[in-house]
Amino acid sequence: MAGTTEAPSTNKAGLQKKDYAGSKSTLCVGCGHDLITARLIDAAFDNSLKPENLVKLSGIGCSSKTPAYFVSRSFSFNSVHGRMPSIATGTALANRNLKMIGVSGDGDTANIGMGQFVHVMRRNLNMVYIVENNGVYGLTKGQFSATADKGSKLKHGQVNHMHAIDLCALAVELGCGFVARLFAGNTKMMKQVLQAALAYKGTVLLDIISPCVTFNNHEGSTKSFPWMKSNELAMQDIGFVPAYDPHYEEMDHGDERVIKLGDGSKITIKALDKDYDPASRTGALQLLAQHHESGKVPTGVIYLAGETPRFVDHLGMVDVPLSSLKEDALRPAKSVLDEVMDSLA
Amino acid sequence: MATAQAAAPQTRTIVNDLVLHVATANGSGSQTSNMVLLRTLFQMGIPISGKNLFPSNIQGLPTWFTIRANKDGWIARKQDADIVVCMNPDTSDEDVETARKGAILIYEETLNLAGKRPDCIHYAVPFKKLIAEACPDVRLRKLVINMLYVGVCAQLFNFDMDEVRKAISTQLAGKQKAIDLNVPAVEFGYKWAAENLKKADPYRVERMDGNKGKIIIEGNAATALGLMFGGVSVVPWYPITPSSSLCEYLDEYLNKYRIQDGKRTFAVVQAEDEIAAAGMLAGAGWAGARAFTSTSGPGISLMTEIIGLAYFAEIPFVICNVARTGPSTGLPTRTMQGDLISLFYASHGDTKHIVVIPSTPKEAFEMGGEALNLAEEFQTPVFILSDLDLGMNYWMSDRFDYPTQPFRRGKVLDKEALDKLNGQWGRYRDVDGDGVAYRTYPGTDHPKAAYFTRGTGHTPDAAYSEKPEHWKANMDRLARKFATAKNRVPKPEVHSNGHAAGLIYFGTTTEAVREALAVLDHQHGLKLDLCRLRAFPFTQEVEDFLHSHERVYVVELNRDGQMRMTLNAELPRFAGKLRSVLHYDGMPLTADNVVQQVVSMEREK
Repeated sequence: MAGTTEAPSTNKAGLQKKDYAGSKSTLCVGCGHDLITARLIDAAFDNSLKPENLVKLSGIGCSSKTPAYFVSRSFSFNSVHGRMPSIATGTALANRNLKMIGVSGDGDTANIGMGQFVHVMRRNLNMVYIVENNGVYGLTKGQFSATADKGSKLKHGQVNHMHAIDLCALAVELGCGFVARLFAGNTKMMKQVLQAALAYKGTVLLDIISPCVTFNNHEGSTKSFPWMKSNELAMQDIGFVPAYDPHYEEMDHGDERVIKLGDGSKITIKALDKDYDPASRTGALQLLAQHHESGKVPTGVIYLAGETPRFVDHLGMVDVPLSSLKEDALRPAKSVLDEVMDSLA
Repeated sequence: MATAQAAAPQTRTIVNDLVLHVATANGSGSQTSNMVLLRTLFQMGIPISGKNLFPSNIQGLPTWFTIRANKDGWIARKQDADIVVCMNPDTSDEDVETARKGAILIYEETLNLAGKRPDCIHYAVPFKKLIAEACPDVRLRKLVINMLYVGVCAQLFNFDMDEVRKAISTQLAGKQKAIDLNVPAVEFGYKWAAENLKKADPYRVERMDGNKGKIIIEGNAATALGLMFGGVSVVPWYPITPSSSLCEYLDEYLNKYRIQDGKRTFAVVQAEDEIAAAGMLAGAGWAGARAFTSTSGPGISLMTEIIGLAYFAEIPFVICNVARTGPSTGLPTRTMQGDLISLFYASHGDTKHIVVIPSTPKEAFEMGGEALNLAEEFQTPVFILSDLDLGMNYWMSDRFDYPTQPFRRGKVLDKEALDKLNGQWGRYRDVDGDGVAYRTYPGTDHPKAAYFTRGTGHTPDAAYSEKPEHWKANMDRLARKFATAKNRVPKPEVHSNGHAAGLIYFGTTTEAVREALAVLDHQHGLKLDLCRLRAFPFTQEVEDFLHSHERVYVVELNRDGQMRMTLNAELPRFAGKLRSVLHYDGMPLTADNVVQQVVSMEREK
């Protein structure tokens, strides 16, 4: 399979895997989030991302702590609860060249952060927005979040009677160009999709079911490892082909879909259900609705269209980061002030 | 024929000293007419101010525009108008009833107000009848009917018609059709008044030379210009009266004057709410842009969590609070200095902020740029405290001076600097002993450039820490930084002549205080020294002023004496000397109000 050749000890950026390491995780042993962190490190290394061009942003919660655990050579901002999207937007405005990874949780996104989530999905930033979704609050010890499924149970038996918020469906509806649902336990698929997401120039939503081993891994939970192992419906066999891979064109692609990403790399999607078209917005919404009924959790690329102009392009900004502009570009000439003063006299 | 009734025979002439009050309905297009009146007086060289007293409404509710023209330069609001133009039938009864004794009333003839207020001077004008003659097109009549009172006033009070025409051209710049419609309407009113009204009042204006080198501008436009010349680059904003026009002006100026090869050297973005606007500020300031937004009190409340984060994480940005009256919706179209404490100490867990306080458009211009400098120099949120009166009303101002000082971008390490340091640096180390540490911008191409930004406890090298000694040391450094800022913020304007009593004021109370001081001196024999605050933290000069006076009045537009409370808190040893002069009905301050309160307290002293 393309893109899975053994990684050299040094990548195209001249860096080793250890250059993408972070601090030691302080999350519970076995936490799904640590699986995501590990694959993020792999993906960043395999994509030869330059750590200096990457920023990591987060809100508050267990998930939001994780930017400390990968790529310490990158800038990071652990902000306030539910507001990561606006911090990311401001960062993108100041420096349009930065690649951003936003890490959030289900509470940080679907509860306190819903307002900012929906608006950032409308803005096409150069950001991978990862929701480490376990349906429960960890740091405050086990309350439901708004992604908890109807009928699922808390550790002490309390049942959720409300409909779950489907972040993938919302993202598709709001114009996000690349939406995937993943399971932290399916590390192979997660790694490929993370690589594609990091290569995509635009907002990517990755809703990753990432079980909480302490508060939501019991019988009756629909976000537990056992539940996901029995109910995950892996829809696709996904591959990632880096831009520099010389061999791909010669290979037999069979019935794979090949979608080219902004940096010249490609994602290959071999659908198990051949009728499912990830480029169809209505198809994506139908799929999600269908499985709300079935209880199964389809994983894979829910929606991926071609890349579209980004927020910063619509704003007509200069090509260099605004943060790099000096006084000569930022302060108009004296004649401008004279002109304005004359018009007011 | 319409006639003027004179309450008393005309005995004297009052030249270049009048308050003209125009009552109209909101959305009736009266703003243009009122601006033409204001501009004409300004162009004739008479010092003026124009205040829009409007409702929170788009169309239909009553609105008033009050113009004060005064040869001696007293342009604060006055409680009572000399001339009242009643164009709103819904309020005309009340407008007439509340007019001062002897006031001049100009109104629509059919309102039958002639019998009311025999103590006033009446000019009944058949506006509705006249507009039918002046403007044949029925659809356009309601757009130009207000121009008739401009013509009537011009005739009655001796406005120079050439200046009126020029004012219309300026006000409607580029809209020739509108100019061609409005000029004849004014001329029609002028001619009618000349032929039909008998002058029965003493007011007239004459050309003088009081406005040389002056401009007319709203404070919000002035602040916007200051920010543009100060190099603002990221402007996320959320609309809220009375701040919206600031970012709208800024957007307009930037689009006109900050384009490089067809591309923008800035980003103006409408955020989904004030929380998001604050988040974008924090992201942009963190990533090295000069970030700014404007808002009002309720917006500050929503931004407060992120303001606290930025204080602790040490991120520069500037917020202008164009303050309005009251909490929540309050009186959204009225003015107040009611957000002092909520700004000075905004957020949770020991926070204190740099706040600059302009009192004139020129100062708003200068402080707009300076606030950006202070924010980056001290790596912290900086506030500009304005209010509706400054922001949305029309002020005469000296022309602004082009800023000649270079930007102060603060302590930033770039790639070369990091190379020299061999990458040995710590984000929160107090290398220079002034409490201000060094920072790097995200994207800096050096393997040691990055650091981890968080609101939680951190070591001098930006590592996570919950250790008591780290927390306390960081808090003490932030206090040191604030102490450094005390010597860098704008100093107060002090006029001391050794009098026992002093008066502290700030912002838009300035014109009323200036006038009150002259009245206190000339009519009551009371002399006071003055100290106009221009920033928080209070500088040494403020302390010296308090020290050197027996008693000090603190003038402010709020109920609880928030500036006095702050002075008490920051400089407690002078607490016993302070007395409050308060005004909080939503209207701009008048000199009379200050005089009354000071005289009464001076009697009791």
